[in-house]
Amino acid sequence: MIEERFDAIVVGAGMAGNAAALSMARQGIKVLQLERGEYPGSKNVQGAILYADMMEKLIPEFREEAPLERHLVEQRFWMMDDRSHVGMHYRSDDFNEERPNRYTIIRAQFDKWFSSKVREAGVTLLCETTVTELVRDERERIVGVRTDRRDGEIHADVVVLAEGVNGLLGTRAGLRARPTPDNVALAVKEMHFLPRETIEARFNLKGDEGVVIEAAGTISRGMTGMGFIYANKECISLGIGCLVADFQRTGLTPYGLLDQFKRHPSVLPLLAGSEVKEYSAHLIPEGGYKSIPQLYGEGWVVVGDAAQLNNAVHREGSNLAMTSGRIAADAIGLVKSRGEPMTATNLSLYKKMLDESFVIKDLKKYKDLPPLMHTHSQNFFLTYPQLISKAMQNFVRVDGTPKVEKENATLKSFVKARSWTGLFGDACRFARAWR
Amino acid sequence: MDAEPSVRVEDKLYYNRYLVDVGRPHVKVRAHTSPSPQLVALLKACPARCYELNDEGRVEVTVDGCIECGTCRVIAEPTGDIQWSYPRGGYGVLFKFG
Repeated sequence: MIEERFDAIVVGAGMAGNAAALSMARQGIKVLQLERGEYPGSKNVQGAILYADMMEKLIPEFREEAPLERHLVEQRFWMMDDRSHVGMHYRSDDFNEERPNRYTIIRAQFDKWFSSKVREAGVTLLCETTVTELVRDERERIVGVRTDRRDGEIHADVVVLAEGVNGLLGTRAGLRARPTPDNVALAVKEMHFLPRETIEARFNLKGDEGVVIEAAGTISRGMTGMGFIYANKECISLGIGCLVADFQRTGLTPYGLLDQFKRHPSVLPLLAGSEVKEYSAHLIPEGGYKSIPQLYGEGWVVVGDAAQLNNAVHREGSNLAMTSGRIAADAIGLVKSRGEPMTATNLSLYKKMLDESFVIKDLKKYKDLPPLMHTHSQNFFLTYPQLISKAMQNFVRVDGTPKVEKENATLKSFVKARSWTGLFGDACRFARAWR
Repeated sequence: MDAEPSVRVEDKLYYNRYLVDVGRPHVKVRAHTSPSPQLVALLKACPARCYELNDEGRVEVTVDGCIECGTCRVIAEPTGDIQWSYPRGGYGVLFKFG
């Protein structure tokens, strides 16, 4: 057993773990952080977009030091059928501001930097160390962790579980259920390298401007899923994810889906001539508010993906992770400053503070949307994209058909596919879930 | 748009870096005579195609190319078909970009 005594152990060095470790160290809490990878970031996978506001709250000067890719000036949403896409683009020069709002990043590089700041603040980091289980005392309180190192048991007053979406330790200790196939998505991603100028020309960018494309439609073959294309400085992150339950049900392969997405006529020209340098996969929490587990207990709190804190509608995860890590650290700091023990009653302060933040408020707002998308995936991801694509083609193609007939044909195609009650029901269901 | 056979996962995994923990696989398949529906699902759902059907019709796992996503755990751990852990510290996939 490691004899050195720590106030807190943080399991994991992703966004949530780093935010928690940093914020605790700054309050004078003695923190040990454990990471199973060779270096922080080597096991972490994300699209990835960094949200400046939440990062600024942790490291205000991050823009000067952090390895950032591009600041986003444009967001594209694509609704795709097999040969077309209907797009909505929002681009604004307002995003070319002194302190840009969103950036693309490469997680392995960013996390390495983030971790250097965490260590500068006084956190002890131990890499290449997999935590295998939580240690309980005779009164069932969590009092530390067991690792795969020799004599690897370490004790602390509180354990912050920032172990990521799989949440293995929490599951093994019975603190929460294992993620289920219908509340996590599997996303696969490739990194496509191209010369900087080529990326800027293809995406209509200058300097460090960036763009993200979020795509949905027939690319997920009726499953609940989305594709994404993010422009980095010298590479493009491209991926697609669908609910694990849908993969299980359909027998479609994730790499097959990724390759079809890459070969889509709207995507192919963006990638032409690229060199792929990495293929990765990751689970994403998709269950929303209703899948949030117990967040605290005797001697422990859970933060980030392990707590299923992901906004599937806005594709936000890392900011919820960072914020939950920071808030957990603040709650622990408050309990400690009062000289009180890390009991469940005292640590419930974390949940109270999190409930008041945007994290839980946003997830609550969309609490009914994940179930709707999951149960009506055929309509929302296959039927409507096809109908809308046809409607657009009908609208723009000039072929001598009177416009009245074109409009009637479009309307008929919608009613035929979904019926009046179906259309009305879908609209109501969607509006109610979005509200 | 259906050309799945052309996708070679092995080629994709070749881009990645791994430190294989030889002789200590972090995922194990329970011995079986005929595979459960969950095990059969893994043949397709695993993004690194670590699961394969052997000549006896049983599902086998080779974890060398595993990218540690946890999909197989979500599908087949509840039924006891597989045992799933993370690799020992420092082993497994090592993302340069992530």
